[in-house]
Amino acid sequence: MPIEPIVKVLFIFAVMVMGLAPIITWIERKQSAVMQDRIGANRADLGGVTLLGLFHPAADVIKLFTKEDVVPAGANRVMHLISPLIAAVPAIIAFAVIPYGGVYQFGDTTLNLVGADIDWGLLYIFAIGSIAAYGTVIAGWSSNNNWSMLGGLRASAQMISYEVTMGLTVVGIFMVFETLRLSDMALAQDTSFRLFGFLDLYFGLDGWLIDHVRLPAWGIFYQPLGFLMFLAAIMAENKRPPFDIPEGESEIIAGYHLEYSGMRFGLFFMSEFIEIIIIAALTATIFLGGWAVPWFSTDWIIGTLSPWMGVGFATALCILIHFSTFMLKVFFMIWVQMLLRWSLPRFRYDQVMSLCWKILLPLSIANIFVTGLVLLWVKG
Amino acid sequence: MTAEAILFYVFGALAVVSALGMVLNLRNTVASAMSLVVTMVSLGAIYLLLEAYLVAAIQIMVYGGAIVVLFLFVVMLLNLSTDEFPPGKQRLIKLAFVIAGVAILAQVLIALGQDPLLTAQPEAVPEGFGGYRQLGLSLYTDYVLLVEMASLLLLAAIVGALILAKRKID
Amino acid sequence: MLPMDHVIALSAILFTIGVLGVATRRNLIVMLMSIELMLNAANLAFVGFNRIWSQVEGVPAIDGQIFVLMVITVAAAEVAVGLGILLSMFRNRDSVNVEEVNLLKW
Repeated sequence: MPIEPIVKVLFIFAVMVMGLAPIITWIERKQSAVMQDRIGANRADLGGVTLLGLFHPAADVIKLFTKEDVVPAGANRVMHLISPLIAAVPAIIAFAVIPYGGVYQFGDTTLNLVGADIDWGLLYIFAIGSIAAYGTVIAGWSSNNNWSMLGGLRASAQMISYEVTMGLTVVGIFMVFETLRLSDMALAQDTSFRLFGFLDLYFGLDGWLIDHVRLPAWGIFYQPLGFLMFLAAIMAENKRPPFDIPEGESEIIAGYHLEYSGMRFGLFFMSEFIEIIIIAALTATIFLGGWAVPWFSTDWIIGTLSPWMGVGFATALCILIHFSTFMLKVFFMIWVQMLLRWSLPRFRYDQVMSLCWKILLPLSIANIFVTGLVLLWVKG
Repeated sequence: MTAEAILFYVFGALAVVSALGMVLNLRNTVASAMSLVVTMVSLGAIYLLLEAYLVAAIQIMVYGGAIVVLFLFVVMLLNLSTDEFPPGKQRLIKLAFVIAGVAILAQVLIALGQDPLLTAQPEAVPEGFGGYRQLGLSLYTDYVLLVEMASLLLLAAIVGALILAKRKID
Repeated sequence: MLPMDHVIALSAILFTIGVLGVATRRNLIVMLMSIELMLNAANLAFVGFNRIWSQVEGVPAIDGQIFVLMVITVAAAEVAVGLGILLSMFRNRDSVNVEEVNLLKW
């Protein structure tokens, strides 16, 4: 009975999906309230204790479960039923390849904190993301409603355009790290490089400053433009504001999820928030170093802690440190996405399309070209 | 019966059932397109079982994520979702087609079952088979001309589709 | 291990379903989708045979999968142009029934 994959699956479901997604609804409400200089939702209480509004996610879930489930007349019932599932399932199964920690040795057993350490992990996430486009398209079509159809068409065009750009923006990172396996990418970011090393390599200079000013070897320092473009493309893929043309609330009422109520709408809602976590985890793994602590590599941590508590406990503590670093970076990226959501106005539809095809696509190809030139120069 | 074989039979059955669902669906074109998506994804899963990893990812991304979305786009734009053609006067010819097709298929299946090459166990796969490194190396050293021709073909398809879909050529 | 004759048999079955789809249906969109099904069946045969002949003296041979990539490219190009033709046909006749495109029939 393979116990390890079952534990990993349960962990992903319980902690990342069911645990984090309600917390993110609370983060959205509180962060938008703080940014807009108001208090936010704080009325849901349990016996008089409001606890900063942390009961609101639970209240939301209860409300959505108890609402009446409406299927509009003339709608295709089967498609109307399955499209929330098609939207939600790819968002959940994308968690399988994210590394929550490195590879640790406990005597003779190795512990690899990835759900499925597949060799083409990044490609798997893009493949799954392209299936997620069907949820919105079928939801828009099956509701027998003009506004839903418009939202569904806009969503399909936006999502398949930004898939192309999303793939091209990470080719730069792929060239730098020479691997598509996400755990290897996080491992490659576990070191640090000298910021002024080029002075040593090409001009032969020497000094304390050149040797000791080090940056962590994170993807964002190798590919800053790639990071910005990837964040733009994957936020557009998620249909979050400022790219929320498909559910443009002031234009087409609620777009593709107009005719959904109760838990089916809850599933659409949850899938959007689960994708926020996926975006945060993916960006943290590829660009922000994943589980790696900046400037302190795994060997250094285990080496310094071992004399005090033995290798076994030191490795366990290292696992905790790495996982907390990863979650910290995930929360940072969630905060950044919420910041972008609540400060930028919505793009117009032609602006969204021209951003993808006229700006991001040529820029990402130029990024690949320049990265190739630099790699050729550096690696001889 | 290894787990691989069981998974292959499950995905194979799913592929055949959804292909039949696509062809036999007489009322709803969107449901046909969704059945095609199920076929594509199950074929992608079968490619994974055959250790062709990059091809599986590309199948799901390109076929399942772009080509069928294009079909759905056209169906929804032109509002072609229901198929209301009256029964044709060529039912007998179509029945003859189906019977002939099934007969030929039966012959092919019997011949496949007796072939010694196919019924033998395939040998173990070498290291790096089907991964993106091997395919990338091969594509850009042995088959680089194919890549260039594919890019020309896609350029021709883009120009062709643009011209065909324009309302008037000005 | 996978039974290879069943893999090629599955390819044959899917191809037959595709051919019968093109021969029987009159809706142009379903005909185009059946053509895609036939191309997929051919891809499955390529990948299946590549699995059988997977190495040349220890060096992995992935020519079948290169073929599959080219077939996917060709299929994408053909779908784009085919749907363009369908759009023009729909604009002219307001129908996608191929039996109505019969001006050249004698």
